[in-house]
Amino acid sequence: MRSDKLSRAPAGLKIAAIAGLLFMHLPILLIFVYAFTTEDKTYQFPPPGYTLKWFAVTWNRPDVWESLQLSVKVASISTALALVLGTCCAAAVSRSNFFGREVISLMVILPIALPGIITGIALRSAFNLADIPFSFWTIILGHATFCVVVVYNNAVARFRRMSGSLIEASMDLGANGFQTFRHVVLPNIATALLAGGMLAFALSFDEVIVTTFTAGQQATLPIWMLEELVRPRQRPVTNVVAMVVVLVTFLPILAAYYLTRDGDQTAGAGK
Amino acid sequence: MCLGRKKTSISWRIGVSETATVTTQDSGFAVRISDTLWRKPKLLLVLLLAPPVLWLGVVYLGSLFALLAQSFFSIDEYSGLIKYELTLKTYRELLIPANLDILVRTTTMAIVVTLAAAIVAFPIAYYAARYARGKWKAVFYLGVMLPLWSSYLVKIYAWKLILAKEGILNWLFDTLHLSWALEAFLSIPLIGGNSLSVSYTGTFLVFLYVWLPFMVLPMQAALERVPASYLEASADLGATPAQTFRNVLFPLALPGIVAGSIFTFSLTLGDYIIPQIIGSSRLFIGQAVYAHQGTAGNIPLAAAFTVVPVIVMAFYLWMAKRQGAFDAL
Repeated sequence: MRSDKLSRAPAGLKIAAIAGLLFMHLPILLIFVYAFTTEDKTYQFPPPGYTLKWFAVTWNRPDVWESLQLSVKVASISTALALVLGTCCAAAVSRSNFFGREVISLMVILPIALPGIITGIALRSAFNLADIPFSFWTIILGHATFCVVVVYNNAVARFRRMSGSLIEASMDLGANGFQTFRHVVLPNIATALLAGGMLAFALSFDEVIVTTFTAGQQATLPIWMLEELVRPRQRPVTNVVAMVVVLVTFLPILAAYYLTRDGDQTAGAGK
Repeated sequence: MCLGRKKTSISWRIGVSETATVTTQDSGFAVRISDTLWRKPKLLLVLLLAPPVLWLGVVYLGSLFALLAQSFFSIDEYSGLIKYELTLKTYRELLIPANLDILVRTTTMAIVVTLAAAIVAFPIAYYAARYARGKWKAVFYLGVMLPLWSSYLVKIYAWKLILAKEGILNWLFDTLHLSWALEAFLSIPLIGGNSLSVSYTGTFLVFLYVWLPFMVLPMQAALERVPASYLEASADLGATPAQTFRNVLFPLALPGIVAGSIFTFSLTLGDYIIPQIIGSSRLFIGQAVYAHQGTAGNIPLAAAFTVVPVIVMAFYLWMAKRQGAFDAL
Protein backbone atom coordinates (compact mmCIF):
# COMPACT_ATOMS: atom_id res chain seq x y z
CA MET A 1 0.00 0.00 0.00
CA ARG A 2 1.28 3.43 -0.83
CA SER A 3 1.41 5.92 1.98
CA ASP A 4 0.18 9.39 1.32
CA LYS A 5 3.44 10.92 2.39
CA LEU A 6 5.41 9.08 -0.28
CA SER A 7 3.07 9.77 -3.16
CA ARG A 8 3.34 13.53 -2.79
CA ALA A 9 6.56 15.23 -3.76
CA PRO A 10 8.54 17.07 -1.09
CA ALA A 11 8.28 20.83 -1.60
CA GLY A 12 12.04 21.18 -2.03
CA LEU A 13 12.10 18.65 -4.86
CA LYS A 14 9.20 20.33 -6.59
CA ILE A 15 10.83 23.75 -6.40
CA ALA A 16 14.18 22.40 -7.63
CA ALA A 17 12.49 20.60 -10.54
CA ILE A 18 10.51 23.64 -11.63
CA ALA A 19 13.53 25.90 -11.20
CA GLY A 20 15.46 23.49 -13.45
CA LEU A 21 12.77 23.65 -16.13
CA LEU A 22 12.75 27.46 -15.94
CA PHE A 23 16.54 27.50 -16.29
CA MET A 24 16.13 25.51 -19.50
CA HIS A 25 13.42 27.74 -20.96
CA LEU A 26 13.86 31.36 -19.85
CA PRO A 27 16.96 32.00 -21.99
CA ILE A 28 15.06 30.90 -25.10
CA LEU A 29 12.13 33.14 -24.22
CA LEU A 30 14.51 36.08 -23.95
CA ILE A 31 15.20 35.71 -27.68
CA PHE A 32 11.55 36.52 -28.35
CA VAL A 33 11.85 39.80 -26.41
CA TYR A 34 14.95 40.85 -28.32
CA ALA A 35 13.38 40.23 -31.73
CA PHE A 36 11.12 43.23 -31.11
CA THR A 37 13.61 45.67 -29.61
CA THR A 38 14.21 49.09 -31.17
CA GLU A 39 17.84 49.09 -30.04
CA ASP A 40 20.19 48.04 -32.84
CA LYS A 41 23.69 48.77 -31.49
CA THR A 42 23.83 46.97 -28.15
CA TYR A 43 22.10 44.15 -26.27
CA GLN A 44 20.41 46.61 -23.91
CA PHE A 45 17.89 45.22 -21.42
CA PRO A 46 15.12 46.15 -20.87
CA PRO A 47 14.62 47.16 -24.51
CA PRO A 48 14.05 50.92 -24.89
CA GLY A 49 11.06 50.27 -27.17
CA TYR A 50 9.34 47.68 -29.27
CA THR A 51 8.96 47.56 -33.04
CA LEU A 52 8.08 45.16 -35.84
CA LYS A 53 10.32 46.80 -38.40
CA TRP A 54 13.17 44.25 -38.11
CA PHE A 55 10.89 41.53 -39.43
CA ALA A 56 10.47 43.50 -42.65
CA VAL A 57 14.21 44.20 -42.83
CA THR A 58 14.99 40.52 -42.38
CA TRP A 59 12.41 39.52 -44.95
CA ASN A 60 14.20 41.64 -47.56
CA ARG A 61 17.64 40.24 -46.89
CA PRO A 62 18.79 38.00 -49.77
CA ASP A 63 21.69 36.49 -47.80
CA VAL A 64 19.33 35.18 -45.11
CA TRP A 65 17.10 33.61 -47.74
CA GLU A 66 20.05 32.02 -49.54
CA SER A 67 21.36 30.44 -46.33
CA LEU A 68 17.91 29.25 -45.41
CA GLN A 69 17.43 27.70 -48.84
CA LEU A 70 20.79 25.95 -48.66
CA SER A 71 20.04 24.63 -45.17
CA VAL A 72 16.68 23.24 -46.24
CA LYS A 73 18.21 21.59 -49.32
CA VAL A 74 21.08 20.04 -47.34
CA ALA A 75 18.75 18.84 -44.58
CA SER A 76 16.27 17.30 -47.06
CA ILE A 77 18.87 15.35 -49.01
CA SER A 78 20.74 14.24 -45.88
CA THR A 79 17.48 13.11 -44.29
CA ALA A 80 16.54 11.10 -47.39
CA LEU A 81 19.95 9.39 -47.41
CA ALA A 82 19.79 8.76 -43.66
CA LEU A 83 16.31 7.25 -44.02
CA VAL A 84 17.52 4.69 -46.56
CA LEU A 85 20.75 3.85 -44.72
CA GLY A 86 19.21 3.85 -41.25
CA THR A 87 16.25 1.67 -42.23
CA CYS A 88 18.46 -0.87 -44.02
CA CYS A 89 20.74 -1.06 -41.02
CA ALA A 90 17.88 -1.32 -38.52
CA ALA A 91 16.18 -4.06 -40.55
CA ALA A 92 19.37 -6.08 -40.70
CA VAL A 93 20.31 -5.65 -37.06
CA SER A 94 16.86 -6.35 -35.64
CA ARG A 95 15.95 -9.31 -37.84
CA SER A 96 18.91 -11.54 -37.52
CA ASN A 97 21.80 -12.43 -35.31
CA PHE A 98 25.03 -12.29 -37.17
CA PHE A 99 28.68 -12.00 -36.41
CA GLY A 100 29.69 -8.37 -35.91
CA ARG A 101 26.21 -7.14 -35.05
CA GLU A 102 27.48 -5.23 -32.04
CA VAL A 103 30.20 -3.67 -34.16
CA ILE A 104 27.60 -2.40 -36.62
CA SER A 105 25.47 -0.76 -33.96
CA LEU A 106 28.57 0.79 -32.41
CA MET A 107 29.60 2.08 -35.83
CA VAL A 108 26.23 3.77 -36.31
CA ILE A 109 26.40 5.46 -32.90
CA LEU A 110 30.05 6.52 -33.19
CA PRO A 111 29.52 9.67 -35.33
CA ILE A 112 27.31 11.06 -32.58
CA ALA A 113 29.21 9.68 -29.57
CA LEU A 114 32.51 11.22 -30.65
CA PRO A 115 32.73 15.01 -30.43
CA GLY A 116 31.60 16.71 -33.65
CA ILE A 117 34.95 18.32 -34.15
CA ILE A 118 36.54 14.90 -34.64
CA THR A 119 34.01 13.91 -37.29
CA GLY A 120 34.54 17.30 -38.89
CA ILE A 121 38.30 17.33 -39.03
CA ALA A 122 38.46 13.65 -40.04
CA LEU A 123 36.21 14.28 -43.02
CA ARG A 124 38.03 17.47 -43.92
CA SER A 125 41.44 15.86 -43.97
CA ALA A 126 40.05 12.88 -45.88
CA PHE A 127 38.57 15.20 -48.53
CA ASN A 128 41.92 16.97 -48.73
CA LEU A 129 43.81 13.70 -49.11
CA ALA A 130 41.41 12.51 -51.81
CA ASP A 131 41.48 15.91 -53.56
CA ILE A 132 37.72 16.31 -53.34
CA PRO A 133 36.80 20.01 -53.58
CA PHE A 134 34.51 21.30 -50.84
CA SER A 135 31.01 21.77 -52.13
CA PHE A 136 27.32 21.31 -51.46
CA TRP A 137 27.88 17.55 -51.65
CA THR A 138 30.67 17.40 -49.10
CA ILE A 139 28.32 19.11 -46.61
CA ILE A 140 25.73 16.42 -47.31
CA LEU A 141 28.29 13.66 -46.93
CA GLY A 142 29.04 14.89 -43.42
CA HIS A 143 25.43 15.48 -42.41
CA ALA A 144 24.08 12.14 -43.63
CA THR A 145 26.78 10.37 -41.60
CA PHE A 146 25.48 11.57 -38.24
CA CYS A 147 21.80 11.66 -39.25
CA VAL A 148 21.75 7.88 -39.75
CA VAL A 149 21.79 7.28 -36.02
CA VAL A 150 18.47 8.98 -35.21
CA VAL A 151 16.63 7.15 -37.99
CA TYR A 152 18.29 3.91 -36.91
CA ASN A 153 17.33 4.38 -33.25
CA ASN A 154 13.68 5.00 -34.10
CA ALA A 155 13.44 2.23 -36.69
CA VAL A 156 15.21 -0.40 -34.62
CA ALA A 157 12.84 0.16 -31.68
CA ARG A 158 9.84 -0.30 -33.99
CA PHE A 159 11.28 -3.36 -35.76
CA ARG A 160 11.82 -5.04 -32.40
CA ARG A 161 8.16 -4.65 -31.51
CA MET A 162 6.99 -5.88 -34.90
CA SER A 163 6.44 -9.59 -35.00
CA GLY A 164 8.34 -11.48 -37.68
CA SER A 165 5.37 -13.76 -38.23
CA LEU A 166 3.55 -10.89 -39.97
CA ILE A 167 6.06 -11.04 -42.78
CA GLU A 168 5.85 -14.81 -42.95
CA ALA A 169 2.05 -14.65 -43.04
CA SER A 170 2.13 -12.15 -45.87
CA MET A 171 4.52 -14.31 -47.86
CA ASP A 172 2.48 -17.44 -47.14
CA LEU A 173 -0.56 -15.69 -48.53
CA GLY A 174 1.23 -15.14 -51.80
CA ALA A 175 2.68 -11.65 -51.60
CA ASN A 176 6.21 -11.30 -52.86
CA GLY A 177 8.96 -9.52 -50.93
CA PHE A 178 8.28 -6.12 -52.44
CA GLN A 179 4.55 -6.34 -51.84
CA THR A 180 5.19 -7.44 -48.29
CA PHE A 181 7.46 -4.48 -47.75
CA ARG A 182 4.98 -2.07 -49.32
CA HIS A 183 1.82 -3.36 -47.63
CA VAL A 184 2.97 -4.93 -44.37
CA VAL A 185 6.37 -3.62 -43.27
CA LEU A 186 6.09 -0.01 -44.41
CA PRO A 187 2.73 0.80 -42.78
CA ASN A 188 4.12 -0.66 -39.59
CA ILE A 189 7.29 1.39 -39.45
CA ALA A 190 5.97 4.53 -41.19
CA THR A 191 5.42 6.63 -38.08
CA ALA A 192 8.79 5.63 -36.64
CA LEU A 193 10.45 6.62 -39.92
CA LEU A 194 8.54 9.89 -40.00
CA ALA A 195 9.62 10.70 -36.47
CA GLY A 196 13.21 9.66 -37.15
CA GLY A 197 13.23 11.61 -40.40
CA MET A 198 11.98 14.76 -38.71
CA LEU A 199 14.58 14.51 -35.99
CA ALA A 200 17.28 13.90 -38.61
CA PHE A 201 16.07 16.98 -40.45
CA ALA A 202 16.21 19.05 -37.25
CA LEU A 203 19.68 17.71 -36.49
CA SER A 204 21.02 18.53 -39.94
CA PHE A 205 19.27 21.91 -40.07
CA ASP A 206 20.98 22.92 -36.83
CA GLU A 207 24.40 21.37 -37.33
CA VAL A 208 27.31 23.80 -37.31
CA ILE A 209 30.49 22.11 -36.06
CA VAL A 210 30.84 19.49 -38.78
CA THR A 211 29.63 21.97 -41.39
CA THR A 212 32.40 24.47 -40.66
CA PHE A 213 34.85 21.76 -41.69
CA THR A 214 33.08 20.30 -44.71
CA ALA A 215 31.71 23.46 -46.34
CA GLY A 216 33.59 25.52 -48.87
CA GLN A 217 32.22 28.99 -49.57
CA GLN A 218 28.62 27.95 -48.89
CA ALA A 219 26.94 29.36 -45.81
CA THR A 220 24.14 27.33 -44.28
CA LEU A 221 21.90 29.16 -41.82
CA PRO A 222 23.92 28.01 -38.77
CA ILE A 223 27.13 29.16 -40.46
CA TRP A 224 25.50 32.53 -41.08
CA MET A 225 24.47 32.66 -37.40
CA LEU A 226 27.97 31.72 -36.28
CA GLU A 227 29.49 34.57 -38.25
CA GLU A 228 27.05 36.96 -36.62
CA LEU A 229 27.90 35.55 -33.20
CA VAL A 230 31.63 35.95 -33.66
CA ARG A 231 31.45 39.37 -35.36
CA PRO A 232 28.03 40.92 -34.72
CA ARG A 233 27.15 43.25 -37.55
CA GLN A 234 23.41 42.88 -37.91
CA ARG A 235 22.14 42.46 -34.37
CA PRO A 236 18.43 43.10 -35.07
CA VAL A 237 18.40 40.76 -38.08
CA THR A 238 20.16 38.08 -36.03
CA ASN A 239 17.56 38.48 -33.29
CA VAL A 240 14.73 37.91 -35.73
CA VAL A 241 16.46 34.95 -37.41
CA ALA A 242 17.12 33.38 -33.99
CA MET A 243 13.46 33.68 -33.06
CA VAL A 244 12.28 32.18 -36.34
CA VAL A 245 14.74 29.30 -35.97
CA VAL A 246 13.36 28.55 -32.48
CA LEU A 247 9.80 28.49 -33.80
CA VAL A 248 10.67 26.38 -36.84
CA THR A 249 12.57 23.74 -34.84
CA PHE A 250 9.79 23.46 -32.26
CA LEU A 251 7.23 22.29 -34.82
CA PRO A 252 8.93 19.04 -35.93
CA ILE A 253 9.73 18.20 -32.30
CA LEU A 254 6.11 18.58 -31.28
CA ALA A 255 5.01 16.54 -34.31
CA ALA A 256 7.56 13.80 -33.59
CA TYR A 257 6.37 13.72 -29.99
CA TYR A 258 2.75 13.16 -30.97
CA LEU A 259 3.74 10.51 -33.50
CA THR A 260 5.78 8.39 -31.10
CA ARG A 261 3.81 9.17 -27.96
CA ASP A 262 2.50 5.64 -27.61
CA GLY A 263 5.95 4.20 -28.23
CA ASP A 264 8.39 3.25 -25.55
CA GLN A 265 11.30 5.18 -26.92
CA THR A 266 12.80 8.52 -26.16
CA ALA A 267 13.45 9.63 -29.68
CA GLY A 268 16.07 12.19 -28.81
CA ALA A 269 18.10 10.22 -26.33
CA GLY A 270 20.59 9.32 -29.02
CA LYS A 271 21.23 12.79 -30.32
CA MET B 1 -3.67 5.94 -51.54
CA CYS B 2 -3.17 7.16 -48.04
CA LEU B 3 -6.49 5.69 -47.04
CA GLY B 4 -5.58 2.41 -48.70
CA ARG B 5 -2.43 2.17 -46.68
CA LYS B 6 -4.30 2.85 -43.49
CA LYS B 7 -6.78 0.14 -44.37
CA THR B 8 -4.02 -2.33 -45.06
CA SER B 9 -2.49 -1.58 -41.73
CA ILE B 10 -5.83 -2.12 -40.01
CA SER B 11 -6.60 -5.27 -41.91
CA TRP B 12 -3.49 -7.08 -40.83
CA ARG B 13 -4.09 -6.05 -37.30
CA ILE B 14 -7.44 -7.81 -37.26
CA GLY B 15 -6.30 -10.78 -39.24
CA VAL B 16 -4.04 -11.11 -42.17
CA SER B 17 -6.79 -12.23 -44.50
CA GLU B 18 -7.14 -9.04 -46.49
CA THR B 19 -3.49 -8.80 -47.39
CA ALA B 20 -4.04 -11.96 -49.37
CA THR B 21 -6.15 -10.02 -51.85
CA VAL B 22 -2.94 -8.32 -52.90
CA THR B 23 -2.46 -10.74 -55.72
CA THR B 24 0.81 -11.39 -57.44
CA GLN B 25 0.27 -9.53 -60.64
CA ASP B 26 3.74 -8.04 -60.75
CA SER B 27 6.18 -9.15 -63.36
CA GLY B 28 7.82 -12.50 -62.86
CA PHE B 29 11.11 -10.72 -62.38
CA ALA B 30 10.12 -9.13 -59.06
CA VAL B 31 8.73 -12.45 -57.89
CA ARG B 32 11.93 -14.24 -58.81
CA ILE B 33 14.07 -11.71 -56.92
CA SER B 34 11.90 -11.92 -53.86
CA ASP B 35 11.88 -15.71 -53.98
CA THR B 36 15.64 -15.82 -54.17
CA LEU B 37 15.93 -13.42 -51.25
CA TRP B 38 13.46 -15.44 -49.20
CA ARG B 39 15.35 -18.62 -49.83
CA LYS B 40 18.70 -17.02 -49.08
CA PRO B 41 18.26 -14.81 -46.03
CA LYS B 42 22.02 -14.27 -45.90
CA LEU B 43 21.90 -12.58 -49.29
CA LEU B 44 19.11 -10.28 -48.08
CA LEU B 45 21.16 -9.48 -45.00
CA VAL B 46 24.18 -8.61 -47.11
CA LEU B 47 22.06 -6.42 -49.39
CA LEU B 48 20.54 -4.61 -46.40
CA LEU B 49 23.87 -4.10 -44.70
CA ALA B 50 25.90 -3.12 -47.72
CA PRO B 51 24.80 0.53 -48.09
CA PRO B 52 25.14 1.57 -44.42
CA VAL B 53 28.34 -0.38 -43.91
CA LEU B 54 29.89 1.01 -47.08
CA TRP B 55 28.90 4.53 -46.11
CA LEU B 56 29.89 4.47 -42.46
CA GLY B 57 32.73 2.02 -42.81
CA VAL B 58 34.38 3.62 -45.81
CA VAL B 59 33.49 7.30 -45.57
CA TYR B 60 33.43 7.68 -41.80
CA LEU B 61 35.79 5.11 -40.32
CA GLY B 62 38.13 5.58 -43.28
CA SER B 63 38.39 9.29 -42.55
CA LEU B 64 38.86 8.63 -38.84
CA PHE B 65 41.74 6.26 -39.44
CA ALA B 66 43.29 8.59 -41.99
CA LEU B 67 43.18 11.30 -39.33
CA LEU B 68 44.71 9.11 -36.64
CA ALA B 69 47.44 8.05 -39.05
CA GLN B 70 48.33 11.68 -39.69
CA SER B 71 49.08 12.23 -36.03
CA PHE B 72 52.12 10.01 -36.51
CA PHE B 73 53.51 12.32 -39.19
CA SER B 74 55.18 15.57 -38.33
CA ILE B 75 55.52 19.01 -39.78
CA ASP B 76 58.80 20.36 -41.06
CA GLU B 77 59.66 23.45 -39.04
CA TYR B 78 61.34 25.26 -41.91
CA SER B 79 59.14 24.55 -44.90
CA GLY B 80 55.88 24.09 -42.99
CA LEU B 81 55.13 21.01 -45.08
CA ILE B 82 54.04 17.67 -43.72
CA LYS B 83 56.77 15.01 -43.62
CA TYR B 84 55.27 11.63 -44.36
CA GLU B 85 57.44 9.48 -42.07
CA LEU B 86 56.27 7.74 -38.96
CA THR B 87 57.38 9.60 -35.86
CA LEU B 88 56.24 10.37 -32.33
CA LYS B 89 57.55 13.93 -32.58
CA THR B 90 54.06 15.39 -32.81
CA TYR B 91 53.04 13.67 -29.60
CA ARG B 92 56.08 15.09 -27.85
CA GLU B 93 54.95 18.50 -29.02
CA LEU B 94 51.53 17.79 -27.53
CA LEU B 95 53.12 17.43 -24.11
CA ILE B 96 54.82 20.85 -23.95
CA PRO B 97 53.39 22.93 -21.04
CA ALA B 98 51.27 25.24 -23.22
CA ASN B 99 49.49 22.32 -24.88
CA LEU B 100 49.27 20.31 -21.67
CA ASP B 101 47.52 23.33 -20.13
CA ILE B 102 44.88 23.15 -22.85
CA LEU B 103 44.28 19.45 -22.21
CA VAL B 104 44.01 19.91 -18.43
CA ARG B 105 41.77 22.97 -18.75
CA THR B 106 39.35 21.22 -21.10
CA THR B 107 39.18 18.01 -19.08
CA THR B 108 38.62 19.95 -15.83
CA MET B 109 35.83 21.94 -17.44
CA ALA B 110 34.25 18.71 -18.74
CA ILE B 111 34.34 17.16 -15.26
CA VAL B 112 32.90 20.25 -13.54
CA VAL B 113 30.15 20.63 -16.15
CA THR B 114 29.25 16.95 -15.83
CA LEU B 115 29.01 17.09 -12.04
CA ALA B 116 26.94 20.28 -12.11
CA ALA B 117 24.65 18.86 -14.79
CA ALA B 118 24.07 15.75 -12.67
CA ILE B 119 23.14 17.88 -9.65
CA VAL B 120 20.80 20.22 -11.56
CA ALA B 121 19.26 17.39 -13.61
CA PHE B 122 18.47 15.08 -10.72
CA PRO B 123 15.42 16.91 -9.28
CA ILE B 124 13.97 17.38 -12.77
CA ALA B 125 14.46 13.74 -13.70
CA TYR B 126 13.30 12.41 -10.35
CA TYR B 127 10.17 14.56 -10.24
CA ALA B 128 9.30 13.67 -13.84
CA ALA B 129 9.89 9.96 -13.26
CA ARG B 130 8.14 9.56 -9.95
CA TYR B 131 5.62 12.30 -9.28
CA ALA B 132 4.58 13.82 -12.61
CA ARG B 133 1.32 12.32 -13.88
CA GLY B 134 -0.86 12.93 -16.91
CA LYS B 135 -0.53 16.49 -18.15
CA TRP B 136 2.54 17.20 -16.02
CA LYS B 137 4.30 14.19 -17.45
CA ALA B 138 3.88 15.67 -20.94
CA VAL B 139 4.99 19.09 -19.69
CA PHE B 140 8.17 17.62 -18.25
CA TYR B 141 8.86 15.47 -21.31
CA LEU B 142 8.44 18.33 -23.77
CA GLY B 143 10.12 20.67 -21.30
CA VAL B 144 13.29 18.65 -21.74
CA MET B 145 12.85 17.72 -25.41
CA LEU B 146 12.34 21.28 -26.69
CA PRO B 147 15.57 22.68 -25.24
CA LEU B 148 17.36 19.50 -26.31
CA TRP B 149 16.42 19.94 -29.94
CA SER B 150 16.31 23.71 -30.24
CA SER B 151 19.15 25.27 -32.11
CA TYR B 152 22.56 25.05 -30.51
CA LEU B 153 23.67 28.43 -31.83
CA VAL B 154 20.45 30.12 -30.77
CA LYS B 155 21.00 28.82 -27.24
CA ILE B 156 24.51 30.25 -27.21
CA TYR B 157 23.16 33.48 -28.66
CA ALA B 158 20.61 33.69 -25.85
CA TRP B 159 23.46 33.53 -23.34
CA LYS B 160 25.38 36.18 -25.19
CA LEU B 161 22.33 38.39 -24.66
CA ILE B 162 22.03 37.39 -20.99
CA LEU B 163 25.68 37.88 -20.09
CA ALA B 164 26.24 41.08 -22.08
CA LYS B 165 27.38 44.11 -20.06
CA GLU B 166 24.11 45.95 -20.76
CA GLY B 167 22.15 42.66 -20.65
CA ILE B 168 19.48 41.23 -18.39
CA LEU B 169 21.73 39.73 -15.72
CA ASN B 170 23.58 42.95 -14.93
CA TRP B 171 20.28 44.80 -15.07
CA LEU B 172 18.82 42.34 -12.57
CA PHE B 173 21.75 42.71 -10.17
CA ASP B 174 21.50 46.49 -10.56
CA THR B 175 17.78 46.61 -9.88
CA LEU B 176 18.20 44.43 -6.79
CA HIS B 177 21.15 46.60 -5.64
CA LEU B 178 23.38 43.53 -5.65
CA SER B 179 26.02 44.71 -8.12
CA TRP B 180 28.60 44.64 -5.33
CA ALA B 181 28.02 40.88 -4.94
CA LEU B 182 28.60 40.29 -8.64
CA GLU B 183 31.74 42.41 -8.57
CA ALA B 184 33.03 40.57 -5.52
CA PHE B 185 32.42 37.30 -7.34
CA LEU B 186 34.18 38.48 -10.49
CA SER B 187 37.24 39.54 -8.50
CA ILE B 188 37.83 35.94 -7.41
CA PRO B 189 40.83 34.72 -9.41
CA LEU B 190 40.40 31.91 -11.96
CA ILE B 191 36.58 31.78 -12.04
CA GLY B 192 36.18 35.57 -12.27
CA GLY B 193 37.24 38.07 -14.91
CA ASN B 194 36.43 41.47 -16.33
CA SER B 195 32.82 40.49 -16.87
CA LEU B 196 30.81 37.29 -16.83
CA SER B 197 30.94 36.92 -20.60
CA VAL B 198 34.74 36.67 -20.60
CA SER B 199 35.12 34.47 -17.50
CA TYR B 200 35.27 30.73 -16.98
CA THR B 201 32.02 31.06 -15.03
CA GLY B 202 30.31 32.30 -18.20
CA THR B 203 31.72 29.43 -20.26
CA PHE B 204 30.68 26.99 -17.56
CA LEU B 205 27.11 28.35 -17.42
CA VAL B 206 26.66 28.06 -21.17
CA PHE B 207 28.08 24.52 -21.25
CA LEU B 208 25.78 23.54 -18.38
CA TYR B 209 22.78 25.09 -20.09
CA VAL B 210 23.40 23.59 -23.51
CA TRP B 211 24.14 20.02 -22.34
CA LEU B 212 21.70 19.78 -19.41
CA PRO B 213 18.87 18.03 -21.36
CA PHE B 214 21.33 15.30 -22.38
CA MET B 215 21.74 14.47 -18.71
CA VAL B 216 18.06 14.65 -17.77
CA LEU B 217 16.76 12.11 -20.31
CA PRO B 218 18.88 9.03 -19.48
CA MET B 219 18.67 9.84 -15.78
CA GLN B 220 14.89 9.92 -15.99
CA ALA B 221 14.87 6.63 -17.90
CA ALA B 222 16.92 4.99 -15.11
CA LEU B 223 14.80 6.50 -12.32
CA GLU B 224 11.60 5.34 -13.95
CA ARG B 225 12.79 1.77 -13.52
CA VAL B 226 13.24 2.15 -9.74
CA PRO B 227 10.15 0.60 -8.12
CA ALA B 228 8.47 2.93 -5.61
CA SER B 229 8.14 -0.05 -3.24
CA TYR B 230 11.94 -0.09 -2.73
CA LEU B 231 11.82 3.45 -1.39
CA GLU B 232 8.84 2.63 0.80
CA ALA B 233 10.55 -0.45 2.15
CA SER B 234 13.63 1.58 2.94
CA ALA B 235 11.53 4.17 4.78
CA ASP B 236 9.61 1.46 6.61
CA LEU B 237 12.87 -0.02 7.81
CA GLY B 238 13.68 3.27 9.45
CA ALA B 239 15.95 4.99 6.95
CA THR B 240 15.87 8.77 6.80
CA PRO B 241 15.22 10.28 3.36
CA ALA B 242 18.93 11.09 3.10
CA GLN B 243 19.85 7.47 3.84
CA THR B 244 17.30 6.18 1.35
CA PHE B 245 18.79 8.47 -1.26
CA ARG B 246 22.36 7.43 -0.55
CA ASN B 247 21.82 3.69 -0.18
CA VAL B 248 18.87 2.92 -2.47
CA LEU B 249 17.99 5.62 -4.96
CA PHE B 250 21.46 6.81 -5.94
CA PRO B 251 22.99 3.37 -6.67
CA LEU B 252 19.96 2.44 -8.76
CA ALA B 253 20.09 5.74 -10.68
CA LEU B 254 23.84 5.53 -11.25
CA PRO B 255 23.73 3.80 -14.67
CA GLY B 256 21.50 6.61 -15.93
CA ILE B 257 23.80 9.25 -14.50
CA VAL B 258 26.80 7.60 -16.15
CA ALA B 259 24.92 7.37 -19.45
CA GLY B 260 24.06 11.07 -19.29
CA SER B 261 27.61 11.95 -18.35
CA ILE B 262 28.86 10.30 -21.53
CA PHE B 263 27.09 13.05 -23.46
CA THR B 264 27.95 15.99 -21.22
CA PHE B 265 31.57 14.91 -20.95
CA SER B 266 32.13 14.10 -24.62
CA LEU B 267 30.31 17.18 -25.87
CA THR B 268 32.25 19.51 -23.57
CA LEU B 269 35.56 17.90 -24.55
CA GLY B 270 35.01 18.53 -28.24
CA ASP B 271 33.22 21.85 -28.33
CA TYR B 272 35.06 24.81 -29.79
CA ILE B 273 32.28 27.29 -30.40
CA ILE B 274 31.09 27.99 -26.84
CA PRO B 275 34.51 28.89 -25.38
CA GLN B 276 35.19 30.99 -28.48
CA ILE B 277 32.07 33.09 -28.05
CA ILE B 278 31.68 33.18 -24.27
CA GLY B 279 34.88 32.93 -22.31
CA SER B 280 38.41 34.08 -21.81
CA SER B 281 40.87 33.90 -24.67
CA ARG B 282 42.53 30.80 -23.20
CA LEU B 283 42.10 27.86 -25.56
CA PHE B 284 40.15 24.62 -25.21
CA ILE B 285 40.98 21.41 -27.11
CA GLY B 286 38.46 22.11 -29.85
CA GLN B 287 39.79 25.60 -30.45
CA ALA B 288 43.35 24.31 -30.57
CA VAL B 289 42.36 21.68 -33.14
CA TYR B 290 40.57 24.28 -35.21
CA ALA B 291 43.50 26.69 -35.09
CA HIS B 292 46.10 24.05 -35.95
CA GLN B 293 44.25 22.61 -38.91
CA GLY B 294 43.15 25.98 -40.26
CA THR B 295 45.52 28.92 -40.26
CA ALA B 296 48.57 27.02 -39.02
CA GLY B 297 48.08 24.12 -41.43
CA ASN B 298 49.59 21.77 -38.84
CA ILE B 299 47.30 18.81 -39.46
CA PRO B 300 49.52 16.32 -37.56
CA LEU B 301 49.32 18.34 -34.33
CA ALA B 302 45.58 18.91 -34.81
CA ALA B 303 45.18 15.15 -35.28
CA ALA B 304 47.24 14.43 -32.17
CA PHE B 305 44.98 16.80 -30.22
CA THR B 306 41.87 14.93 -31.35
CA VAL B 307 43.41 11.64 -30.25
CA VAL B 308 43.14 12.82 -26.63
CA PRO B 309 39.33 13.05 -26.50
CA VAL B 310 39.09 9.79 -28.47
CA ILE B 311 41.20 7.97 -25.87
CA VAL B 312 39.45 9.65 -22.94
CA MET B 313 36.07 8.76 -24.43
CA ALA B 314 37.09 5.17 -25.20
CA PHE B 315 38.16 4.72 -21.60
CA TYR B 316 34.98 6.42 -20.39
CA LEU B 317 32.74 4.25 -22.59
CA TRP B 318 34.52 1.14 -21.37
CA MET B 319 33.94 2.14 -17.74
CA ALA B 320 30.32 3.03 -18.53
CA LYS B 321 29.75 -0.32 -20.16
CA ARG B 322 30.96 -2.04 -17.01
CA GLN B 323 28.50 0.07 -15.02
CA GLY B 324 25.69 -1.11 -17.27
CA ALA B 325 25.08 2.42 -18.51
CA PHE B 326 24.22 1.34 -22.04
CA ASP B 327 20.98 -0.22 -20.91
CA ALA B 328 19.90 3.20 -19.71
CA LEU B 329 20.59 4.95 -23.01
